[in-house]
Amino acid sequence: MTTVTIDKAAPTRKVKYGSMSRDRAWALRWSYFFLVIFAIFSLTPPIYMLITSLKSSAEISAATNPWWVFHPTLDNYIGLLTSNQFLRFFWNSAIVSIIVVTLTMLISVPAAFALARMRFWGSATLATGVFLTYLIPETLLFIPLFKMFAVIGDWTGIQLINRWYVLLIIYPTLTVPFCTWIMIGYFASIPKELDEAAVIDGASWIQTLTRIFIPVAFPGIIAATIFAFTVSWAQFLYPLVFTTSTDQLVMPVGIITTLIKGDVFNWGQIMTGALLGAAPPLIIYAFLMDYYIAGLTAGATKG
Amino acid sequence: MADVTLRKVVKRYDEVEAVRGIDLDIADHEFVVLVGPSGCGKSTTLRMIAGLEDISDGDIMIGGDVVNDVPPKDRDIAMVFQNYALYPHMTVAENMSFGLRLKRYPKAEIKSRIDEAARMLDIVELVDRKPKQLSGGQRQRVAMGRAIVRNPKVFLFDEPLSNLDAKLRVQMRIEIKKVHQKVRTTTVYVTHDQVEAMTLADRVVVMNHGRIEQIGTPNELYHKPATRFVASFIGSPAMNFIPCRLEDVAGKLHVRLTDRVSFPLPPARAARYQGVPRTDKLLLGLRPEHITEARQHSEPGVENFDAVLDVTEPMGMETLIYFTVEGSQVCGRVNPNAGAQDGAPLRLAVDLNNMHLLNEVTGVVL
Repeated sequence: MTTVTIDKAAPTRKVKYGSMSRDRAWALRWSYFFLVIFAIFSLTPPIYMLITSLKSSAEISAATNPWWVFHPTLDNYIGLLTSNQFLRFFWNSAIVSIIVVTLTMLISVPAAFALARMRFWGSATLATGVFLTYLIPETLLFIPLFKMFAVIGDWTGIQLINRWYVLLIIYPTLTVPFCTWIMIGYFASIPKELDEAAVIDGASWIQTLTRIFIPVAFPGIIAATIFAFTVSWAQFLYPLVFTTSTDQLVMPVGIITTLIKGDVFNWGQIMTGALLGAAPPLIIYAFLMDYYIAGLTAGATKG
Repeated sequence: MADVTLRKVVKRYDEVEAVRGIDLDIADHEFVVLVGPSGCGKSTTLRMIAGLEDISDGDIMIGGDVVNDVPPKDRDIAMVFQNYALYPHMTVAENMSFGLRLKRYPKAEIKSRIDEAARMLDIVELVDRKPKQLSGGQRQRVAMGRAIVRNPKVFLFDEPLSNLDAKLRVQMRIEIKKVHQKVRTTTVYVTHDQVEAMTLADRVVVMNHGRIEQIGTPNELYHKPATRFVASFIGSPAMNFIPCRLEDVAGKLHVRLTDRVSFPLPPARAARYQGVPRTDKLLLGLRPEHITEARQHSEPGVENFDAVLDVTEPMGMETLIYFTVEGSQVCGRVNPNAGAQDGAPLRLAVDLNNMHLLNEVTGVVL
């Protein structure tokens, strides 16, 4: 047996130990710095809304510290939640959003699958066209759309204007193109071999979509759902233009048309309504975020 | 199980012809490997058999039926992909049974088939895992299991081992061979690795530029290559090609390599090459194992010569030597005890009984 001796007296050189972690520490410090600034920036309005919603009208108009509640009250909440009108707005918003999200997913998922996987004449152009549609601002579209619905009403007698369900036709023009575009991206990232394997296993196009693509692209579908819900819940211009009777209004429009009377702003209830209106999207985010994790395709192919 | 026949199969992509008229007969139970460099049309050919690509011209028959316009699911084939293509949201058992479930097989039948395949592939304890919990080799086993449970007429493998590391590749190669010995399903296997082709195949199809260069058993291809392409593609290290010409010296046919080096041909070879014009530019094809250290006793057809080695590569059981003849590098294999050293001269022997003579212009083996 020979013993191997390691020469420990190798030439020394100055090593800056921990320089890596020092860089990292600075990077962390800067990121926290900016994150805090962004957090303050984006959290200030909701906090102000919360503070104001807990004040009485008298306290709001009094010249006291706007960032402090001296006499907290739930009157604004009680007032809104017991008002049939407000509940009606909430109900309209909910029903419109749920139906629009369902419609959007029913249209855009198959559409995206077709555009991403079935190579047919003009499919690439069509895919770009879908996205371009989304780029046209609603401020340009609402007048011609209004005119169209008026004409349809004249010709067929089907009254669409000032009915909440007109929004079921209008909102998908915003949500379908964008969701289709998102889903095209997700479907395109699924390896081609996966649907080829399915085809060889004997799956039809529909089965490939429902049993392979939808489960695999589930995070994408969640993202698209969140987007569609947010757009339909927060849409303002279209419902403002197309609905006027108070029983047809959705929440964003309902709050400002009923709580602003002339030049009198009922700030307490406006803030309360806005907070309550922001709750459903928040709850949905909280629930779906768990599913909204990428990497579900891991293991399908190498890597 | 069935035979597969290709008749003048052509694949055109717009201007480019990827496959240029292929004729191939694959017998029932046969294991055929399509091998060639990337872009030679081997994968396209396989995908045409699978039905994943339309054929531009010709006929493909599986079990005697023309399947040109039959969709993949009705061809009764199973395919194993290079990147496994497992369904990531399904367990191993669900992956394997997907095809059977689509065809509404009874549950008991599905279960027994999965059990059998899992046992054959040694993945019994993995059936409840998801693909992402498996290693590369295990994923490839599952992909094979998915093919086996279908009990198809034909297995198609598209470079199934390319994503595995070298050691695992050797192991899975043996695994694939074992599976074929058990199930005996007609198999078409695509690879760019000539070792895989040689070790797995009953017959190898060497492809180049969308055409078949040669079809034969691994031994036929190794010992009787038809073209320079096949000769250089099969075998590692590759066959040496040394520019040469034939000449008659005192009534005997010689092959002249350089002004100073010329070997008399053994009688069998001399008779074979007698008709070759002496002015033709030729290539002497010699496999490295036919260039060895000189031996004590002379043997018929073995000629000795001296060379100065450029580089030596000790491999353990043998040493690879490299030297230069008229500007072309030549590789030989010598005994590790032959005393081969970088830059040193060595007396070598060349076995002309196993030589090949090629036309330098056409690349055809004479």
